Amino acid sequence: MKKIGCGVAVAILIVIIGAILWGVGVYNKLVTLDEKVMQQWSQVENQYQRRADLIPNLVETVKGVAKFEKETYTAVTEARAKVNQIKLTPEMLSDPNAFQKFQAAQDGLSSALSRLLVTVERYPELKANENFLQLQAQLEGTENRIAVERRKFNKVVQEYNTTIRRFPANFIANMTGFREKQYFKSVEGSEKPPKVQF
Amino acid sequence: MKYLKVIIFIFFSGWYLNAQPEIPSLKNYVNDFTGTLTTDQMRYLEQALREFDDSTSTQIVVLMINSLNGYPIEMYANEVAEKNKIGTKEHDNGILFLIAKKDRKMRIEVGYGLEGALPDALASSILRNEVAPFFKRGDYYKGIVAGLSAIIKATKGEYTGKPKKKESDPIGVFVFYMILFFIFFILASRRRGGRGGGIIYYGGGFGGGGFSSGGGSFGGFSGGGGSFGGGGASGSW
Repeated sequence: MKKIGCGVAVAILIVIIGAILWGVGVYNKLVTLDEKVMQQWSQVENQYQRRADLIPNLVETVKGVAKFEKETYTAVTEARAKVNQIKLTPEMLSDPNAFQKFQAAQDGLSSALSRLLVTVERYPELKANENFLQLQAQLEGTENRIAVERRKFNKVVQEYNTTIRRFPANFIANMTGFREKQYFKSVEGSEKPPKVQF
Repeated sequence: MKYLKVIIFIFFSGWYLNAQPEIPSLKNYVNDFTGTLTTDQMRYLEQALREFDDSTSTQIVVLMINSLNGYPIEMYANEVAEKNKIGTKEHDNGILFLIAKKDRKMRIEVGYGLEGALPDALASSILRNEVAPFFKRGDYYKGIVAGLSAIIKATKGEYTGKPKKKESDPIGVFVFYMILFFIFFILASRRRGGRGGGIIYYGGGFGGGGFSSGGGSFGGFSGGGGSFGGGGASGSW
């Protein structure tokens, strides 16, 4: 009798130790994934910042030539100001409202910019201006980088979300406070960088 | 009814997939799927790019296709470059020069590590001022050569290649051999109980582990693990 009791106790102990080891493994995996999401988020932010930094230069150049398009370039300046007001820290990635606001502001700037670049098509002086062409190339490049980093971000977040929702890892995720994160939803036409014809 | 649905689904999914060009695995530095370049031209470019890779570790790959089937060139270029891992993992110094002949579109996709040496504005200007004039005349070879020369000129000083040996830290190597030594020593002393055996075994281990990796630079292109963030520029002619 005693021997059996001893055996059962050992078996239970082994199961408990196994469960703890498993839990630690899952937790560490979640931490790694969480870190990956944050890292990718900072890449996305960098590119958005880079775009915001390019805008004053672009607007100045356009202003010099296309004086009559005041409405279009003030729209860009305003959209940029709005973007600068909304900061999204990595901790806020789980907050759907904050995330939506951030994305709406950035997408607003994207569309204001593409409107500006379409308007500019009417000014042959600008299209022959090497300074403007370079700015345009930089802007296109930045838009493309944003698209790439957003895609990568979505991929990492998807991996993270799948992991924390899957059974049985979701117990560990719930216990340790890992929450689902938001990702970018594609707005019509935002997947492609704005097309500008040379 | 059920079968009909399945058939319709298969039919349409196949049709849908056709809209997206497949992402090829590249085996060479110069890949022409359009049959535009002659064998000699390809061999010459291939050799030049391999030498550039050997001396600087920067990998430049040329891909010429017929059509993107309406797929955005930026996305396609990024996917090809990422899939083939152009550039080294350490520096992300890869470049893809993509030409879609029928679409008359081209793109220079620049790896993370070369965005400083070859910024978007420069890439755009290379396409516009160096490549496009030749392509407009239908001289693809000269256009590619002009583009590659400009790319090489811009990226030449950025990284230097290492001789193709396995780089390793001396401490790691030392520990590795210590462990190897002890394992063989223990094994040998168990079996024979003599010290001489241990030394013989140790010698064998040394020879096996030390000089085996050479890293072949012969043959075609193989990616080094580089990563891309959408840098570069697109153009048309």
